[in-house]
Amino acid sequence: MPGHPDPGFDTLSIHAGAQPDPATGARAVPIHLSTSFVFDSSDHAVSLFNLERSGHVYSRISNPTNAVLEQRVAALEGGIGAIAVASGQAALHLAIATLMGAGGHIVASTALYGGSQNLLHYTLRRFGIETTFVKPGDLDGWRAAIRPNTRLLFGETVGNPGLEVLDIPAVAQIAHDAGLPLLVDSTFTTPYLLKPFDHGADLIYHSATKFLSGHGTVIGGVLVDGGSFDWDQSGKFPELTEPYDGFHNMVFSEESTVGAFLLRARREGLRDFGACMSPHSAWLILQGIETLPLRMERHINNTEKIVRFLAEHPFVARVGHPLLESHPSHTLANKLLKHGAKGAGSVFSFDIKGSREQGKKFIETLRIFSHLANVGDVRSLVIHPASTTHFRMSDEALAGAGIGPGTIRLSIGLEDADDLIDDLKRALKSAEKAGA
Amino acid sequence: MKIQVHGAPLYAYTSGKPIDPAKPTVVFIHGVLNDHSVWILQSRYFAHHGWNVLAIDLPGQGKSGGQPPESVEHAADTVIALLDALGVDQAALVGHSFGSLIALEAAARAPARASHLALVGTAFPMPVSPALLENSVKAPEKAIHMVNVFSHSTLCPPPSALGPGTWLYGGSRALMRRMLASNAETNVFYTGFKACNDYANGEQAMAAVHCPTLFLVGRHDQMTPPKAAKALAAHARLAKIVEVNAGHALMTEAPDEVLFALRDFLAE
Repeated sequence: MPGHPDPGFDTLSIHAGAQPDPATGARAVPIHLSTSFVFDSSDHAVSLFNLERSGHVYSRISNPTNAVLEQRVAALEGGIGAIAVASGQAALHLAIATLMGAGGHIVASTALYGGSQNLLHYTLRRFGIETTFVKPGDLDGWRAAIRPNTRLLFGETVGNPGLEVLDIPAVAQIAHDAGLPLLVDSTFTTPYLLKPFDHGADLIYHSATKFLSGHGTVIGGVLVDGGSFDWDQSGKFPELTEPYDGFHNMVFSEESTVGAFLLRARREGLRDFGACMSPHSAWLILQGIETLPLRMERHINNTEKIVRFLAEHPFVARVGHPLLESHPSHTLANKLLKHGAKGAGSVFSFDIKGSREQGKKFIETLRIFSHLANVGDVRSLVIHPASTTHFRMSDEALAGAGIGPGTIRLSIGLEDADDLIDDLKRALKSAEKAGA
Repeated sequence: MKIQVHGAPLYAYTSGKPIDPAKPTVVFIHGVLNDHSVWILQSRYFAHHGWNVLAIDLPGQGKSGGQPPESVEHAADTVIALLDALGVDQAALVGHSFGSLIALEAAARAPARASHLALVGTAFPMPVSPALLENSVKAPEKAIHMVNVFSHSTLCPPPSALGPGTWLYGGSRALMRRMLASNAETNVFYTGFKACNDYANGEQAMAAVHCPTLFLVGRHDQMTPPKAAKALAAHARLAKIVEVNAGHALMTEAPDEVLFALRDFLAE
């Protein structure tokens, strides 16, 4: 389609990166399940390998279906481009591996998804990359934790599951003052609720498994570059600013003034680590993104009703959503998020006034909520983080992430809010009785 | 590489290669708030297909030092001085937008130094609206947005400068912001637009050019519409017009078509 004079979010959600298939006229994005793509000539092959021409060679590096997804997420985020990978974890790993090797150091928020915490705290240490964790709101802590070998600051836009909102403008400023980029995991907020690049973040990734695909059907991740960070000026990233003998001594920051990171991430990271996304997965995620604005509206509207219900329930000790003035991020959420505190997402936690056994009874009594380890589905979901997603964390680390032994996490779906409230009401009553 | 030109370092992308006197040379000149990287696919191709490539950053922006050119004529002198500094007798001159006027003027000032002239996304005159000129100073972010919207013609570009997955609206915006920030003393957005707006020598310059001239126009270009390029082409001695399916950001929206047109033209 011809370019829109000023494409809006809903238009981009449907059209960015996609056109009717020139070969068949197919209007929906075709799934290109092909490992490789034919060269026009020997010169074409040489030019593609040497990055003199752009195109698809082998689906580990790029694929036409994946490229539509990459353009679409980049468009929605306001970035310069993106790379689709096998999972959100693969996206985080790709970002880190592109920016540093052994001897590197990361400063990260304590309020992270358990899988990210595992990668940083345990696995990357084995490869010589250390992480210092700081509470997301402790700005002095972020500043003090930066070392000469620090290469990245990293946090979640809203922490999992406590919903501590990251003060992106402030943390980005701290990062930039030190010549470092800020990477954020924007899975919970999606570009519909928050545009981190507009607030100073340099790199974004999503677990596309969650709200972007939205239907609990696919695992995937997307890494997006805002093109704002000046790697040359920083002087801390020879991987991007000095000749790379792994690619004909290419200097990525000369090849692309704003896209050096993405160039290396694709040409080295996807090439060598190989955590590529299946084109079928890319198609499922694209299908989800087409309705992202509609779904996110419903997610947060349902969430608001349920947060209000739980906050007034006598058997509930605490509800951890920034909608409530009691939440420590209430003010910051109103400042940063598109819909104010309501836009802090549909995944949140609460504590019942009961024992761990009563917590189990609550979960087992629910009928509509599904007990499983995922969020961002059209279906409403429930889990007990301390024994599942965050089970490797110590009590101290759990407390740092805002999780108690009795905390229950909900992911509010798109069902009728009244039915969800009835389900919760019945389960709370059953749990309360179990303690009598 | 960086070359001393008019007493200041001028950056030119060469794909990491030294200048080989035995090879022909092609100079790529970018437009306002762009830099060498807008040519990356085409310049890299020529650097690996028998050409010396000099894809410059104009003075006072990007990786180049010195003062930003105040006029097309001033910038054209810089291009000729670059050839002098490198001992290059003759080169193909390829320019986009503002850079096309610079290439045109350089080819007119030193006709024997230009083997080919390729004007990509060009127009003469190249007026810039008073609102855009004013916003380039008072509200540059707003002006960047306007230019970005007018420069692109598609929401689904082909695999481009960063490879598949490139979002050109975002890439162009980020580059314009970076170039504006690259000179803290002089607003290169305004000086570039003003130089385009003030340039009055287009028809005389075109008539003075001796070498073959390619007009490479974008079918959906709203910044420099095809008819504006064709008006200038009427004054050329040896003009060839190639229209590609793109807006003003031809090199990234239609990278292969632009490459093929340049490749065929420079082979003549």
